[in-house]
Amino acid sequence: MAERFKLTIVTPDREFFNEEADMVEFNTTEGEIGVYAGHAPLTVIVKPGILTITQGETVRNAALHAGFVQILPQEITILAEIIEWPAEIDEARAEAARQRAEGRISERNGIDIARAEAALMRSIARINAAKMK
Amino acid sequence: MASMRDIKRRKGSVQSTQQITKAMKLVSTVKLQRAKGRAEKSKTYFNCMYETVVSMLSKAGEINHPYLKANDSHKKAVIVITGSRGLAGGYNSNIIKLVRNNEWNKDDLIIYPIGSKGRDTFARLGYEMGEDYSDAIEEPIYADAMKICSQVLDDFATGRVGEIYVVYTGFKNTVTHIPTCLKLLPIKIEDERSDDDKAVLDFEPETEDAVDLIIPKYITSLIYGAMIESVASENAARMQAMDNATNNADEIISSLSLLYNRARQSAITQELTEIIAGAQAIS
Repeated sequence: MAERFKLTIVTPDREFFNEEADMVEFNTTEGEIGVYAGHAPLTVIVKPGILTITQGETVRNAALHAGFVQILPQEITILAEIIEWPAEIDEARAEAARQRAEGRISERNGIDIARAEAALMRSIARINAAKMK
Repeated sequence: MASMRDIKRRKGSVQSTQQITKAMKLVSTVKLQRAKGRAEKSKTYFNCMYETVVSMLSKAGEINHPYLKANDSHKKAVIVITGSRGLAGGYNSNIIKLVRNNEWNKDDLIIYPIGSKGRDTFARLGYEMGEDYSDAIEEPIYADAMKICSQVLDDFATGRVGEIYVVYTGFKNTVTHIPTCLKLLPIKIEDERSDDDKAVLDFEPETEDAVDLIIPKYITSLIYGAMIESVASENAARMQAMDNATNNADEIISSLSLLYNRARQSAITQELTEIIAGAQAIS
């Protein structure tokens, strides 16, 4: 078994996750990355997407929307502004949000496109995470 | 001397007031516990956030980012966090005093109120008011802090304001709350630099872009933290004020009881004297 690292995920409201893990994958502004123990120190900014935690045989998913990640060789800290387990996601609401955001982007009627795109990415991440229940 | 009936009525009114203050004390005790729990829970997040920002800024000492230097505007945005309700001792007025007694020029300030007590006071005093977020203080959630933060950062970016402060009540413990004024922007690198370089970090994307993305999160977390601490302080202040009120009511009630008993006794004595005098007159 490969070396493990300590993974801490904190949000402003709670400690979301605090266990040892083998690998963690998530989406950053520079693209998707997967991190094992012994990674070079790095700080990256999160983009909405799915967070995957691998612990031996078990794999856990969560929808991670905003925040940043501090990577140290033996310790990874995710400061998440918004993060949800699949069980906490309201799929119907996420789907409605996706359609709303798509509508706004296709209309392009002067409203904030960047915001609509961010909302679209968030809703897609939620839907995908919810499907992995 | 007041009549027995008057004293009795007054005692009754003090007693019912005491019941109210007692109930309010219990309510704010429960609320305080909850607020304290929340503050505990969010502490990890802020500590991590603070460490990251410190290490980022100490490493990025020479970078030239708009968030790190003042712009030309002489206006100052002040986020004032007060309660929406009174009866909390000096809680609201201490915050207002702190803003007014500061060396700031009144015309330079734009007040962004969180909490209607502060909003009403500063509006009445004729300060320039920014957006109002008073509802946020009822139940501070992170999303509200994000909204407030993006608003003030917008104003900073467009040059409407040159500096951003937050004035809130720091929660040290249940009996000590400190009205605090914190400068959010521009961040002074010297102040934030630390010798502890446990985390020598690389940034992805480049440090300049990272500053752009992380600083708003940092500010948001500061605003959120200020809101949470203020709520805890407000409830602690109210608890104390109501405790004092209940004790005072006790004192008033006991002195009124004494008065009442004295009046009752003198009435009895008088009645007896009259009866005896009457009996003597007949015989």
